[in-house]
This record gives sequence, C-alpha cells and structure tokens, in this order.
Amino acid sequence: MKELFLQHAFLITTAVKCGLLLFIVLTVLAYLTWFERKMIAHMQSRWGPYRVGPHGLLQPAADGLKFLFKEDPTPAGVDRLVYFLAPALSLALGLTTLAVIPFGPEPIRIFGYETHLGIADLNIGLLVLFAISALGVYGIALGGWASNSKYSLLGGLRSSAQMISYELALTLSVVGVLLLAGSFSLRDIITAQEGRMLWGILPRWNILAGPAPQILGFLCYFVAAVAETNRAPFDLAEAESELVAGFHTEYASFKFAMFFMGEYANMIAVSCLATIMFFGGWISPFPTTPAWAWTYFLPSVLLAGFGLFVIWDGVHYETLFGKLVLPGVGAALCGLGALFALVPPVTSYIQGPFWFLTKVFVFLFIYVWARATLPRLRYDQLMSFGWKLLLPVSIANVVLTSLAILKWGGQ
Amino acid sequence: MTTVQTATGAAQTMVLNMGPQHPSTHGVLRVLLELDGETVVKAVPDLGYLHTGIEKTCEAKTYSQAITLTDRIDYLAPLSNNLGYCLAVEKLLDLQVPKRAQYIRVLLTEMTRIASHLVWLGTHAIDLGAMSVFLYCFREREEILKIFEMVAGQRMMTSYFRIGGLALEPPTGWLKAVERFVNMMPGRIDEYEDLLTRNRIWLSRTQGIGCISAEDAVALSMTGPTLRAAGLAYDNRKLFPYSSYEEFDFAVPVRTEADCYARYMIRVAEMRESVKIIRQAMAKIPAEGPIKAEAPGIVPPQREKMKTEMEALIYHFKIFTEGFSPAPGEAYVTIESPRGELGVFVASDGSPKPLRVHFRTPSFVNLQALPKLAEGRLIADVVACIGTIDIVLGEVDR
Repeated sequence: MKELFLQHAFLITTAVKCGLLLFIVLTVLAYLTWFERKMIAHMQSRWGPYRVGPHGLLQPAADGLKFLFKEDPTPAGVDRLVYFLAPALSLALGLTTLAVIPFGPEPIRIFGYETHLGIADLNIGLLVLFAISALGVYGIALGGWASNSKYSLLGGLRSSAQMISYELALTLSVVGVLLLAGSFSLRDIITAQEGRMLWGILPRWNILAGPAPQILGFLCYFVAAVAETNRAPFDLAEAESELVAGFHTEYASFKFAMFFMGEYANMIAVSCLATIMFFGGWISPFPTTPAWAWTYFLPSVLLAGFGLFVIWDGVHYETLFGKLVLPGVGAALCGLGALFALVPPVTSYIQGPFWFLTKVFVFLFIYVWARATLPRLRYDQLMSFGWKLLLPVSIANVVLTSLAILKWGGQ
Repeated sequence: MTTVQTATGAAQTMVLNMGPQHPSTHGVLRVLLELDGETVVKAVPDLGYLHTGIEKTCEAKTYSQAITLTDRIDYLAPLSNNLGYCLAVEKLLDLQVPKRAQYIRVLLTEMTRIASHLVWLGTHAIDLGAMSVFLYCFREREEILKIFEMVAGQRMMTSYFRIGGLALEPPTGWLKAVERFVNMMPGRIDEYEDLLTRNRIWLSRTQGIGCISAEDAVALSMTGPTLRAAGLAYDNRKLFPYSSYEEFDFAVPVRTEADCYARYMIRVAEMRESVKIIRQAMAKIPAEGPIKAEAPGIVPPQREKMKTEMEALIYHFKIFTEGFSPAPGEAYVTIESPRGELGVFVASDGSPKPLRVHFRTPSFVNLQALPKLAEGRLIADVVACIGTIDIVLGEVDR
C-alpha cells in the first residue's frame, strides 16, 4: 500500500487535490451566492433568502436543482457548437485559475511524501494565471455572438472591449510586485513579504512595505479586477436595465448556471491574487514573537464564538427544522474550533490557510458591498477610465517602483 | 435599415426593439432604437400597449362612479387623478368644498407626490445600477401607503376624494401617523442623497445627459419637473392655485442645466417641499368640521339624516340609482400632478353620465421629448432619459 502510494505519489495526490479543490470551490461558489444575496438583502433592509432551510441555507441547493431541471430551450439560428461551448469555456477557465493558487505555507506529509496546499506550484504561476483569465473573454464574447440575439451581441461586444482594455491595466499593476519579489512564483511572492517593519508594528506586506509601497498598484489592480470579472459597478456586459441580461440573455438552465459559476470562480481567483500580491498571502498580520502567541488561537475563538452564536440562534429559530439543524451546525463549528485550539500541530498548521482565507473573504465582501452601493458606469466612460486613468497610473506605478528599487535596493 | 456616415466610412445600422417587455421601459413602453454601434441614431417610442379605454368607459358611468377609474390612470399617483377629476366636476357643478376637506386633499396629494417621486427615484436609480436606493425608496413608500390605507381603506386605488369633498371622515389619530412620517422623511431623503448626489459615477451618468432647452421643452408642451429643470418655474400650484394651495408657503425648485441630474435634484427638492406643505396642512386642518359640501342631490346625505329625514332618503336613493345631472356645459381644470400638468376636461349634456371626459396626462405629453433627448447618445443614456421623464404607462395609454 505504502509502496504503491509512493510509486505514484504525485499522480494520486494531485488527483485527490483536484477533486477536493473542485468540491470545495463548487460548494463555496454556491454559498457565495447565498452570502451575496443575504448580505445585500441586509444592506437593503430586507431578509433575503429565508424559506429554503434555516436562514435560507439550503437555497443554493434548491437553486442548483432548479438549474438542472429547468427547460433549456435553444433559440433558433444559434451557432450550436459555439453556443454550447461558451458557457463550458467560461466555467472551465474560471475554475482552472484556482489551480495555481497556493493556500498555505506548510506542506502535508503522507508517508514521507510532501505535498503543498494548492494543485500546481509553478515558477511562472502569475503568468499562467493571467493567461488563463485573459482567455475568459472568449466564453463571454462567443456566448454573446453565438446567441443570435441583438442584446447578447451588444453584451458580448461590450465585455470583449472591456476585458481587453482592463487586462492591460491589470497586468501592469502587478509589475511593481514582481519587481519587488523578483519572481513569478506566487509562493515566492508571498515569502518575499515575510518579516516586520516600523519596529515590528506593521507586517512587511507589499501594500505597505518599502522601498515602494504598492498602494497605487493595489488600487489599480482591484479596480481592474472588478472590471475584469464583469462585476458591479463594471457589470456592463450584463447590464440588466439596458441589455436585459447582456451576453447570457438567451441562456437558460444549466448553461446559465455555468456562466454564473464562472463569474464567481473568477471573483474568488482575483481575490486570492489580491491577497497574495499585496496583502502577504497567508502571513498573519500579527508578529510571531511569543508575546503575540495568543493570536494563534484567533481561528478557534472566532469559530467557536460563531458556533455558539449559531447554537443560540438555532434554539430561538422559529421552525423545527432550524431548531434541529442550526444547533448541530453550531456544535460542529465549536468542535472544529476546539480541534484547532487543543491539538498543537493543527493549531500551527491552520494559521496560514486561516489568514489567507480571511483576507480573501474580506475582498469578496468588498465585491458584494460595491454591488449594493454603486451605480453602473457607462460604456464609453468605462473605456476612457481604463485607458486614460488606470493605464497611466499603473505605468507610473511601474516607473516609481523601479526608481525606488534602483535608489534603495530591492530584496 | 439605413446607412449612416461614421468617422471610418459608411456603416449599416441595427434596429433594436427595446420593449414592450424590458426591465427599464417602466411598464410596456416599446422604443425602436436604430443603433450605430451603441449610439442611438433614431428613437421611436411606440405606445398603446396598456390602452384600457378609460376615457370612453367614463362616458358609460355616472359622475361619481367614474372616480374609481381615475385611480387607474396614473397608478402611482391615484389621489392626484382623483383630485383633478373631482375639481373638474365640481367646477362644472359650481360646488364649494369645505376648507377642512380642501386641506386634507392638499395633505394627501402631497403625500402622493412624495410616494410617486419615491418610486421614480428608486426605479431611476436601479436603471442606472444603484439597486439599494430602490429598496430604501420603497421602504418609505410603504409608510405612505399605510397612511392611505388608514384613511381610505385602500393602499393604491384609493378613490378617496369624492365630488364635493371626501369619501369618509379620516380615522382618529391619523395625523399622528402623518406626523411620524414627516418627522422621518427628511432624514431618509438625506440618506438617498448621501448615496447619489455626490457619487462620481452617478454624476457622470446624469450630468449633461438628456439636455433639452427651455424653448424646446415649451414647444413640446412639457410640464412638471422636466420643464422646471430647464429653468421655467411653471407650477400649477403657484400659478393657478386650486384646493387652497394659495394659503401654503412653499418654494418651486428650479434649475437651469436641464439634464438628468437637474431633474433628479428637482424631484428630491420637491419631496422636501412636499414635507413642508404637509406640515403646514397638519397645522391648518381643523379638528372638526364638514368634509363634504352642502349640496343635496349631489353629495350623499349623512347616514343619520337619511334615517330620519324623508328628503335625505330620496336624495340618497336618487344619487345611488340615477346619479346627478349637471347642467349642459363643460369644465377644464389643471392640477400639478407629480409628473406635471394634469388637465381634466369634463363635458355634460345634462344627463347623469358625462358626455366626454378627457385627461391631458403629463406622461403622454412629456414622452414626446424622448427622441429629442436620446438621439445621438448611447443606449445607457436612453435608459436614463426614459427614467427622468418619469412616465407611467397607465397614464400614457389610458
């Protein structure tokens, strides 16, 4: 058994990791829709999903079933192959981007075989990521073109123009980070940000650290990333009030769901990238000195605290189903918190993934927040914003960073 | 399909059929857009999808019965329509409405104005992508509808104003609910303004969009906030006061930019003015007094009298079986509805049913300006323009 495993260790671990990541990501995608709906609902003083399961927690499952079983009419006059290919492409590319993202610092050891968190650890990870996300435009453009509908066509056109323009600013905005790290490997970019600065008060993340804090770079990156993923306030491609549903007007059932999931996967990918490049990836914001050792228990405290809240809420929930399920979920969360706190190897192991996911979550929240708050830009304003503001600023950022590194030295 | 000359040469245009089922044509408006890329070369509104023949139906009803139809013309401002129609018939009959009823009418129509502007602001904001404002606006509108329900027993199709006064005495304590509302509303308007007024994206989406000169606006006989945004302080409440509006102190907001932003600012300012008028009306409304004119044969008698006096019983019977017959003649009344000048024309031939009822509805007239506002601009601007004209398709098609 052990020999067989070690013989094919790479194959087996990669296959398992792929399966696991796919499972986790698809679940997270589903619950991201729940989170977004619930969050926006509360910002707009309403309840959001509430009927399917306690607090609407089974809503994603219900939506998934609905998408699967809904009638899927194919409009007349579509280019069949491209029409079917486009959503698949969108989803596949969205999920592929997540393959190169490292989620934690320490490897897992199985029978002495070490494997990292994250599927592929490429030395050109960033380039691969941008290459894949740049292909994402095909899904949308082809979908819009193949649908044989004027609204779809306009939506597809808009998004191709938008994604191509913002791709430039997006790529240029991270050049500063590359100059600082001197590597394309996402893992190296994170490790280059280790350490403390300003007498140990602040972490040496790229957003803050000298010689050239990447504040401009981050702002450009995040704006361009929101535009790249076609999210509000740059959601022109599917601008509901203008183009009905934009490029996916003619898509229904699971094909629509694939576009939808692709969009959310992209959201997660660019949030991960923002975390990695500007916010130190899995590096904790607290110092590693013994005086700060208590921060190791933050994950457990948060989980257990949230678990207790869920139990309390469950006991008071109005339906019997909720009364049964919610305390169970809360207890599971508390148990997980206890596991994290009481088993020392686990405690230290989960630090990296915990901080990584927390930061990603913050970015996802900002995405949702922006959608609830901001009006939509107009097509020409979006283009001029991208070309006349974002691009020059990101080029300026490259120049400033290079000069700073020349003067004060890099790593 | 026509060919247009662009910077790079001749290009084919595409016709986009926007509506009648489209998220931002506010009902069933259909606009045929001729597009060169995303630029609108020509916009042709196509009306009539919601035509219900209200004016013709009025001719088959008695004067009092027709009130229920007026609710359904502009379903976002039912009380304004009620008021316009009642004032026209009262003019035809030369009927004096008691002051108390007049003040209550003013209070309720101003609430209607706020409710209507709230729906406008919400839908306009969601058209431009700001979805939260929509829900905030509907939250406050709900409060207004609750007050309507309290007073008239109906949330939307109120039919509360009757010929000669009001349908029934408002319940005790209703002014407390109104007071709660007017105390809350200014803060809530600040909330919408926080989200929009200085928002860079909002400014770039509305400033300089859909401009129309005052001359053009007058030539198209536009009225309401759209005209006032072009610099003309034309407001029927000030110029041709009705229902004792001359006793109220309020400003008519005017701006000169004539773009979508100016129309937005005007409507927001009007909401604040309406709150002011409601406050004044609350102070003016006497605690007791008649709510119906003294006009036996036209205004139904009080139940008490009907049970004790034979004449009252006869009038009651006549009013509810045959109706009343005004002397032959005609009357035209204009009021300031939330959307502009609402004119009501009623002609009588001496029978209990009107010979002709016509509504000069502001939405219908203002919609004429759409091609002028939208042509040469982008699709996204068409949506903004439709939004700021503030059309209600029920009113356009009647």
